[in-house]
Amino acid sequence: MYSQDMIESINRLEATRSKRIKQELTLLTSEEKYDLLNKFHPDYKKGTLRELKIGPNKGEKVINEIANLFEAYSLIDPDKVDLSNIDHDVDVLIIGGGGAGASAALIAQENGANVLVATKLRFGDSNTMMAQGGIQAADKPNDSPPRHYLDVIGGGGFDNTPELVNALVRDAPEAIIWLENLGVMFDKESDGTMITIHGGGTSRKRMHSARDYTGGEILKTLRDEVKNRDIDVIEFSPAIELLTSEGKCTGAILYNLETDEYIIVRAKTTILATGGAGRLHVQDFPTSNHYGATADGLVIAYRAGNPVIFMDNIQYHPTGAAYPEQIVGLLVTEKCRGLGAQLVNNDGNRFIYELETRDVESAAIIKECIERNKGIETPTGMVGVWLDTPMIDIIHGEGTIQKKLPAMYRQYQRFDIDMSKEPLLVYPTQHFQNGGITVNEKAETKIKNLYGAGEVEGGVHGRNRLMGNSLLECIVFGRRAGKNAAIKAKKIGYGELTLQHIKRYHMELRKVNIDKANISPMLLPDYRRRVSLARMIDV
Amino acid sequence: MSEEKKMIPIYITGKKYLVPNGLTIMKAMEYSGYRYIRGCGCRGGFCGGCATVYRFKNDYKLQSGLACQTVVEENMYLVQIPFFPANKASYDLKEIKPTGGTLLKLYPELARCVSCNTCTKVCPQDIEVMDYMQAALKGDISGAADISFDCIMCGLCAARCPAEIVQYNIAILCRRLYGKHLAQKAEHVRKRASEIIEGKFDKELSDLMKSDKDDIRKMYNKRDIEPDETEG
Repeated sequence: MYSQDMIESINRLEATRSKRIKQELTLLTSEEKYDLLNKFHPDYKKGTLRELKIGPNKGEKVINEIANLFEAYSLIDPDKVDLSNIDHDVDVLIIGGGGAGASAALIAQENGANVLVATKLRFGDSNTMMAQGGIQAADKPNDSPPRHYLDVIGGGGFDNTPELVNALVRDAPEAIIWLENLGVMFDKESDGTMITIHGGGTSRKRMHSARDYTGGEILKTLRDEVKNRDIDVIEFSPAIELLTSEGKCTGAILYNLETDEYIIVRAKTTILATGGAGRLHVQDFPTSNHYGATADGLVIAYRAGNPVIFMDNIQYHPTGAAYPEQIVGLLVTEKCRGLGAQLVNNDGNRFIYELETRDVESAAIIKECIERNKGIETPTGMVGVWLDTPMIDIIHGEGTIQKKLPAMYRQYQRFDIDMSKEPLLVYPTQHFQNGGITVNEKAETKIKNLYGAGEVEGGVHGRNRLMGNSLLECIVFGRRAGKNAAIKAKKIGYGELTLQHIKRYHMELRKVNIDKANISPMLLPDYRRRVSLARMIDV
Repeated sequence: MSEEKKMIPIYITGKKYLVPNGLTIMKAMEYSGYRYIRGCGCRGGFCGGCATVYRFKNDYKLQSGLACQTVVEENMYLVQIPFFPANKASYDLKEIKPTGGTLLKLYPELARCVSCNTCTKVCPQDIEVMDYMQAALKGDISGAADISFDCIMCGLCAARCPAEIVQYNIAILCRRLYGKHLAQKAEHVRKRASEIIEGKFDKELSDLMKSDKDDIRKMYNKRDIEPDETEG
């Protein structure tokens, strides 16, 4: 159901449709591309990166929103926390309850560890749960792990960390078998052959799926198994700092969001599986990410002395939903454009060839809305351009959308929008944290006894992740972290619990005159209105 | 955009707030000054974290939906369900058989289903919940797995069930039984995993890891792409 203004804009779009179907636009030249990206792509915009003043990446540029969190004081006063009353003693502490955390928990327990999972929201609330498309693995006869390697590293701009890519592609088939044995209902032929399709940037069809709930079905299965095995999980209790002793991680401080108490966990080894950063809303972009994606893991690991890599960019998806308000930021699949849907502005005109790369498409849409003011405004103040989806049925025959894009069709049908008859409003959305904390192929960080798995770690995707490799990363590095952390925990005892690293970090912050009001991690975004916040009384 | 900027009254746990028409329940709560801890997960209809029940003034009918996917309406009296205590059986998937007997042993309350269809009516995913419960009762594991596939485990069915069944936990058990014991195994994946262990790709991968950027770039640009015959 569109507003009156939007319906008038749709009328203009429909009036030009027959002409547009025949209109041929060409690919931009590399100079035009560079110019467009340089002027309008969020990553290229001046003033969006800044040099870090302190910490292991001091002097290097990262995106502002990340720098804001790094150049900030702890939520706790390290002199006032009583570390002598330990609430939990465990072999392996896993921070995060998404795909990577759940995988790590199962494997760590299988390797004899006493495991505790701490998660900010409910167990399972994560980007894994929202991943629809699929999971890559080179397991078909015409495919191979080296081919997968080449696709990953080419997609990432050739900067990816080679040993991480090697681990990713080498473990992929084993990861699929593990999931299949746990009972994940993959899409298969009746003889058991996996149904696999292409994703952006794949040279072979290696995208495995579970209908269009792939991440959800994987995570529901993993969560069910964690519960079967009676592994301890503390929900609504994010980690707010790591505990360290002489450069080693010895546990973490959790924060019970409901009682406002801190919880002390002593752990022989700790795994960070805290996910991504979509809810930072970099440059005010909407996001496809879940409510808790606020980069907490990056912050606490950085304070403890672990560097980050590739945090100078973010993955935007060009066609996030801009309307209806209920699904703003969620993805509208690239396949729509592949099937012929055109991008159209408020005047009913095209402004870019639809099959340019994701970064170019995003820049073009932003230019149209922000500089040329040719976007369409929604009743809630979002702006976007039309994706003329009815063209798909016009070009390929009636019923194509329902057959080829059933989930998308259902999603919009829910809001009384028939995408085979009406266009969709789209705008780029903040989608994925390509970079993250540095780890090696054993999922070890630079801090002894601290591991990282999933979106929180960086290097494997370079500066651009391909579809289907993030679910894979969660499973592969979750399993590696779980195994290595459990084995390590058997060999070592508990360490001393201190917040020395926070005291040192605070001293550095004071030296460079960081305002005391800046605190992190963020834990949760705040979507209350300013008027509400202005009237708030702290009692 | 005029008609949708209209302010309407809603009642959050009984308290009246004026919110702009067109917002979701979730955004209306935030507009009213609430900050979520519970009752909010993916904000996109995938996680089942925001089950909400509501009723309109002078209407007997109790309604429900996901707070992130349901638009507020005038005089809605609403409350979110922060948590639902659900019975979950423990099992070793390797040991149990994909039969109705297994389901009844783990969840004997399944037999109490009276086919009242409340579960189906309450499901925000429009799943035929009662149909998959009936399939489960008949021991049709594949059917229950197939029908329940889009379940996001929001808990509304279990909250309303007069037989006190936790439908979604039986559903995930059926899907796992199907995936583990009934679906044919993917032999090609096992073959590839053995080849990797045997070292078939070791040389090629270590050469790739050692190659410099320019060589890799050349190989990448020269690689052939499998045609996608399904498009066209």
